[in-house]
Amino acid sequence: MTSKRLRLAAWGVVLVLAIVLPFFFNAYRVGQFTQAMALGIAVLGLNLLVGYSGQISLGHGAFFALGAYTSAIAIVDLDVPYLLALPLAGAVCAVAGFLLGLPALRLRGLYLALVTLGVAIATPQVIKRAEGLTGGTQGMTVDKVTAPAWSGLADDQWLYFVTLAVTALMFVLAAFLVRGRVGRALVAIRDNEIAARTMGVDLARFKTGTFAASAMYAGVGGALFTLPLGFLAPESFPLALSFAFLAAIVVGGLATIAGALFGALFIEFVPVYAADVDEALAGVIYGGVLILFMYLLPGGVMGLIRKIASMKPRPRGSDDAQAGAVRRLGDRAAGGGAARERVRSQ
Amino acid sequence: MERFIQVLVDGWATGSLYGALAVAVVLIYRATGIVNFAQGELAMFSTFIAWGLMQAGLPLGLAIAGTLGLSFLGGMLIERLVIRPVEGGEVLTLVIVTLGLYVLVNSLAGWIWGFGNRAFPSVFGDGSFHVAGAAVAVESVGIVAVLIALVLGLYAVFQRTKVGLAMRAVSFNPDSSRLVGISVGRTLMIGWGIAALVGALAGALIAPRLFLDVNFMGGVLIYSFAAATLGGFDSPFGAVLGGWIVGIAENLAGTYVDFIGSDLKILVPLAVILVVLLFRPTGLFGSPEVARA
Repeated sequence: MTSKRLRLAAWGVVLVLAIVLPFFFNAYRVGQFTQAMALGIAVLGLNLLVGYSGQISLGHGAFFALGAYTSAIAIVDLDVPYLLALPLAGAVCAVAGFLLGLPALRLRGLYLALVTLGVAIATPQVIKRAEGLTGGTQGMTVDKVTAPAWSGLADDQWLYFVTLAVTALMFVLAAFLVRGRVGRALVAIRDNEIAARTMGVDLARFKTGTFAASAMYAGVGGALFTLPLGFLAPESFPLALSFAFLAAIVVGGLATIAGALFGALFIEFVPVYAADVDEALAGVIYGGVLILFMYLLPGGVMGLIRKIASMKPRPRGSDDAQAGAVRRLGDRAAGGGAARERVRSQ
Repeated sequence: MERFIQVLVDGWATGSLYGALAVAVVLIYRATGIVNFAQGELAMFSTFIAWGLMQAGLPLGLAIAGTLGLSFLGGMLIERLVIRPVEGGEVLTLVIVTLGLYVLVNSLAGWIWGFGNRAFPSVFGDGSFHVAGAAVAVESVGIVAVLIALVLGLYAVFQRTKVGLAMRAVSFNPDSSRLVGISVGRTLMIGWGIAALVGALAGALIAPRLFLDVNFMGGVLIYSFAAATLGGFDSPFGAVLGGWIVGIAENLAGTYVDFIGSDLKILVPLAVILVVLLFRPTGLFGSPEVARA
């Protein structure tokens, strides 16, 4: 079987599992899986930005919060149906992402990390202050989604399938995006900006565009995340959330699409089980994982899977964005070699 | 007018605290090109150690002195164990590793000492005196004095001692330093040790003004980054001056601009960082970054 068929088969298995899953678990667990998918969308968005285009954001919790509040306000105050609130949240976040992407054009690496960290730290305060819209520290209650009678599903199952459909759509979109011209341009920017510009890549357009798309993913994720809970407050979006997203892309694998699933399951379920031992254990695991993965498994879970799957030699110069991302992380000399090889392979 | 003086002095003292942590950040950045996102959390951990020593019966002064020593060793250990394997790596790797350290240290402290908050006494007591009708806390003046002494001390170490010379050489050119016989690894360990010590000092001075809990340095960190950015990121003097400007600006804005008040003060450092990076990326005293294409 070729690797492409293998990959499609794997996705097929995942999809079938995802479809039967809500019939085997109770409502509480199904809600958690729904949240995991919502997190997955946001994680995928962050990976587009960090893994593919190489721009660092420590503040994606802010876009997640913006999306959540946009949809909640639309549903509660403006009586917008929740299915319309999702694209609305995505659109608002895309605009916000574009705006943050503008100064980001002039900020590299560390400095962008600093600015986005500041945004993440300020987020809960700003939400508390905008009391008129967000309910301040009291938080907001959103009516739970009810299943239509024709579906024959329980409410939690219905919401699960809605989320699954949106998630599938977002993943397919991202996959098409990164496999085509756009993806190649992003990887080129990440690996060597000057070479990319020489090849005719419009840096400003692609960088701000990625920021907007990435924020849109985070916003849609945030909007979906709050639906199973029916409640949101400033404390739902702490700084730790932004760090969890980063941990998720490191665990799943930088510059991979499927890695977002592993990463999202990791950050949804590790806190659930870790809390049984100690409140602080989840943080210890996140921190330890961030450091250890960088040393031992810079390609994340997907890197490991690919390594196992491709024991037979691969053709040289095969187009693989993740290999570039990983090589770059391990490369101490600024990744010039990796960039040269990449340019040649295109 | 009294209120204005009070706000000014308070801002100056708070700014000195931001400056102290910013100096720690700058020391590491100068030596290794790493922005240590965990600096604030390391300081928090040190402060908890000081608190623990006091619970064990040590007087405040001795507890802080012991903590400074332990922090120095801890900083060296962290450089050797956590940072060394990725030193000189990609920016993204370094950011992820120091953030991992941030989360790890924060949660470990939560595990050991819990998430509640406790009062931490000030070395300077809680007396105050009057200047032009305004009540000025002895603590504020003490903090400013400690910071000035700290920077002068660091200056002496860097300019007048062999270790300081080695540290400047290593940050200037590690390869050449190695060739002339400097142990680069050991020098970097000492650099991290000094930074951890400075951070611990900052923590012990900040804790009395806030409450000591595992997250008390989180907010301070972003102010320190603003101070360091304003000062130019590789200048300790700049970091101190940046801290003073940020501290005073924050207090003035919080007191006199109604819209900002006490909740939105956190936007002040963010605005400072953004404006400095966009319009004068080298800050006030930084050296421009020259990159070869």
